[in-house]
Amino acid sequence: MTNPRQALATIRGLRKSFPGENKPALSDVDLDVLPGLVTGLVGPDGAGKTTLLRLLAGLLVPTRGELSVLGLNPTHDSDALRDSIGYMPQKFGLYEDLSVMENLALYADLKGLVGERRRTTFDRLLAFTDLARFTDRLAGRLSGGMKQKLGLACTLLGTPKVLLLDEPGVGVDPVSRRELWRMVHELIAGGIAVVWSTAYLDEAEACDHVVLLNEGEILFAGAPAELHDRVRNRVFLLSDLEERPRIALKNARRDPASMDGVVQGRGVRLIARPDAELHPQDFGVSSAATLRPTRPRFEDGFIDLLGGVPSAESELANAISEHPHDDAIVIRTQQLTKKYGDFKAADEISVSVKRGEVFGLLGPNGAGKSTTFKMLCGLVSPTSGDAQVAGVNLRSSRSEARQRLGYMAQKFSLYGNLSVRQNMEFFGGAYALAGKRLKSAIERMVHVFELAPLMRRAAGDLPLGHKQRLALACALLHGPEILFLDEPTSGVDPLTRREFWTHINGVVERGVTVLVTTHFMDEAEYCDRIGLISRGKMIATGTPDDLKAKATTPEQPDPTMEEAFIALVTEAA
Amino acid sequence: MTDLSLRLRRLWTLCRKETLQIIRDPSTLLIAFIFPGILLFIFGAGINLDSSTVTLGVVLEDTRPQAISLAESLANSPTFRVKTGFDAKQMGDELRAGRVRGFLIVRNDFSERALRQSPGTPSLLLITDGSEPNTASFVAAHVRGAIAVWQREELRRLGRQPTGIDVETRSWFNPSTESRNFLLPGSISIVMTVVGALLTALVIAREWERGTMEALLAAGITRFELLASKVLPYFVLGLISFVICVGLTRYAFGVPFRGSFGAVMLVGALFLGSALGLGLLLSTVLRSQFNAAQAALNAAFLPALMLSGFVFEISSMPPIIRAVTHVVPARYFVVAIQTVFQAGDVWSVLIPAFEGLGLAAVGFLGFTYLKTRRRLE
Repeated sequence: MTNPRQALATIRGLRKSFPGENKPALSDVDLDVLPGLVTGLVGPDGAGKTTLLRLLAGLLVPTRGELSVLGLNPTHDSDALRDSIGYMPQKFGLYEDLSVMENLALYADLKGLVGERRRTTFDRLLAFTDLARFTDRLAGRLSGGMKQKLGLACTLLGTPKVLLLDEPGVGVDPVSRRELWRMVHELIAGGIAVVWSTAYLDEAEACDHVVLLNEGEILFAGAPAELHDRVRNRVFLLSDLEERPRIALKNARRDPASMDGVVQGRGVRLIARPDAELHPQDFGVSSAATLRPTRPRFEDGFIDLLGGVPSAESELANAISEHPHDDAIVIRTQQLTKKYGDFKAADEISVSVKRGEVFGLLGPNGAGKSTTFKMLCGLVSPTSGDAQVAGVNLRSSRSEARQRLGYMAQKFSLYGNLSVRQNMEFFGGAYALAGKRLKSAIERMVHVFELAPLMRRAAGDLPLGHKQRLALACALLHGPEILFLDEPTSGVDPLTRREFWTHINGVVERGVTVLVTTHFMDEAEYCDRIGLISRGKMIATGTPDDLKAKATTPEQPDPTMEEAFIALVTEAA
Repeated sequence: MTDLSLRLRRLWTLCRKETLQIIRDPSTLLIAFIFPGILLFIFGAGINLDSSTVTLGVVLEDTRPQAISLAESLANSPTFRVKTGFDAKQMGDELRAGRVRGFLIVRNDFSERALRQSPGTPSLLLITDGSEPNTASFVAAHVRGAIAVWQREELRRLGRQPTGIDVETRSWFNPSTESRNFLLPGSISIVMTVVGALLTALVIAREWERGTMEALLAAGITRFELLASKVLPYFVLGLISFVICVGLTRYAFGVPFRGSFGAVMLVGALFLGSALGLGLLLSTVLRSQFNAAQAALNAAFLPALMLSGFVFEISSMPPIIRAVTHVVPARYFVVAIQTVFQAGDVWSVLIPAFEGLGLAAVGFLGFTYLKTRRRLE
């Protein structure tokens, strides 16, 4: 280990297939994990990140190829490598019914850490993670950020040289996430190697070396800046728009010179095809609009690697009935509060949403956004306060309100063993559609979401992108006025995400109101307005640009959504 | 520290962790300590296989003193409440309506034939309800007995020698033939199955579901450590529960106990071994708490109830089912515990039962060991 550039783990020609699956989980993977660096394993859900980490930890056996960690084979020498590899699985591998100290002691004993060394290690790790005050608290009662730190502390017992962290950033608020990065940087300064897997593309930018995985294959390996270089001078921000950015996006994407576009605040972020030029006048946008180059993001490079996003327009707008564009307030809450025992999950939330608006509830897990969300769709009854949804008071007539809402739950909530058609028939029936109305509603959705070839397949066997389409179709069957989306795109690849938002924009054009929760900071950009929720309270509301403006300081002239979030949360606390 | 003491320390810390989890999960304690009490109460006080008084119809086509005397003799029996009638068809309707459990027709030539022993077929006809075979045979046996008693008395009264062989029956081991005395010890098999198999069916699957198994495997836990840390705490929990059951049966329900403490603990310990083994096997193979619990219910609980011989006698089962009962550990447990309670330490019965239980325990635990993987696939 005298040479700091000598790889601590190497992978050559690795392939991993699981029985019963026709596509290998990983194929042709080459990787060098270098000491003193954070190697980012980046990709959407199902890309093969966890499989790769488990192979490195010796928990899976490769189908083909070579794998070595510290010169040893993790498959055969797992006992010898036990103390040198620190592996933190998703959910951190903690026992929720044991206290912080009991968890630490368990893993210390398993790693044979005893005596004086154990005491000093505990002291050091408790100080490092700032958990010394909570040693008696059950792990299940810790916040997401604290759990993550405890998980890391348990992984750091012994003296690992290679640290494998599986999605440590999930379910953790941006403030804690930032703190974890600081800790990881301290660790690599000591010469160990860290492999950090993530589905958040923005996290990739913080890594020294990035491996971008998609469907089991490496799309890119190198420094994040190299990926930026691919799209350098091709990323633009279209701003000073007179029309809604959604409309401008639709028009701009009609230009074949554009390969990708997303709404960003009051503007539109566009990527030009290589050797193509973008001219606002070609888009049919208002003449005042300006097009300025902007800093590329990791995701832009990813999209470029995938060859851009096909320009697709949602036919949804033609398939659903028009709601009046009257700017009426369709969701209004007053001091909406939900208590569980002494705990205020939602504390006097007051918000109003206009028709045809996309309103985002943004906040870390456990902040209260899900509780607020569930109160608004009538799934949870508030302890106090009032909520009016689509002109109906939720306290008095919840079921009437529900008929006017469409709801797409977090995670996949369709029946996996029913066919696509059966799922649609069931959900249509649940919203009291029957006979001809049900049939024509299904036909419309099948047409819009191109589900016709899939109608007989079991919903559970569909690829993620199709599952999402189906879930959205089911939520829209009964023509709701308001659409509730609970973390609709977490862990989804950028292409699927684009497609999803194309549909949402199509719905909004017809005057449907959309309420969405997310902990994806960049997703917040798609919203017209955002409510920031932290510790049960709505700490700020406004357009994405408003919130960024509130967080702008001389040191931080152009904050990202995440930076704005951190600034506003810190300020509120 | 030596290698061995380090290993013992690992095992100890894993057992400690498991115990803490048991203590902090109220549902586990509920199943282990409260559930046995409730179940024993149901079997001890609620379910009773002894038939109490049944209503018997008597149709008197013959109304001479002999026939009346027979009817009175039946009415005096503690087993029957007698409903007298004179029309067989009417009484048939009573049986159909379930108001009588059977009826005896006393033919009009009964008096002559019964006592003067004139030739010809017997003149009594007993109708029973065949849709309830237990009650039917119960009624038939008791009616026959009552008639025999009456016949002897009648002959004696007339100064003649009673004829035929008199069989006196006496029940050993459960002299009062109270069903509770064999039901309660047998029902402990249900409690042990639930505590042993159902609780352990959840524990390994829980580690998989919560993602802690990955962390344990990455920390280099061995197969033996994994299994031992699951078996030992639940073994102790199960034994405590077993002692509670035996104590309740003996002292709260007053079931006579003729064996030794050592023998009964051996029975419990061996059976727990097989129940824990089955639970762990299901948990290891299925890796999902829901599936493992479902499977434990079907693979452990139902056989313990249906095929152990504790409710349904094995000797009256069809040969195929009887063969199947040999692989049901609860069968050996029921034999052993009923023996210890009602007959004492009869080693000629206990040893084969111990062999069956021991084999099942070793089999299930051994198979679990083979099925335990130190990898995720």
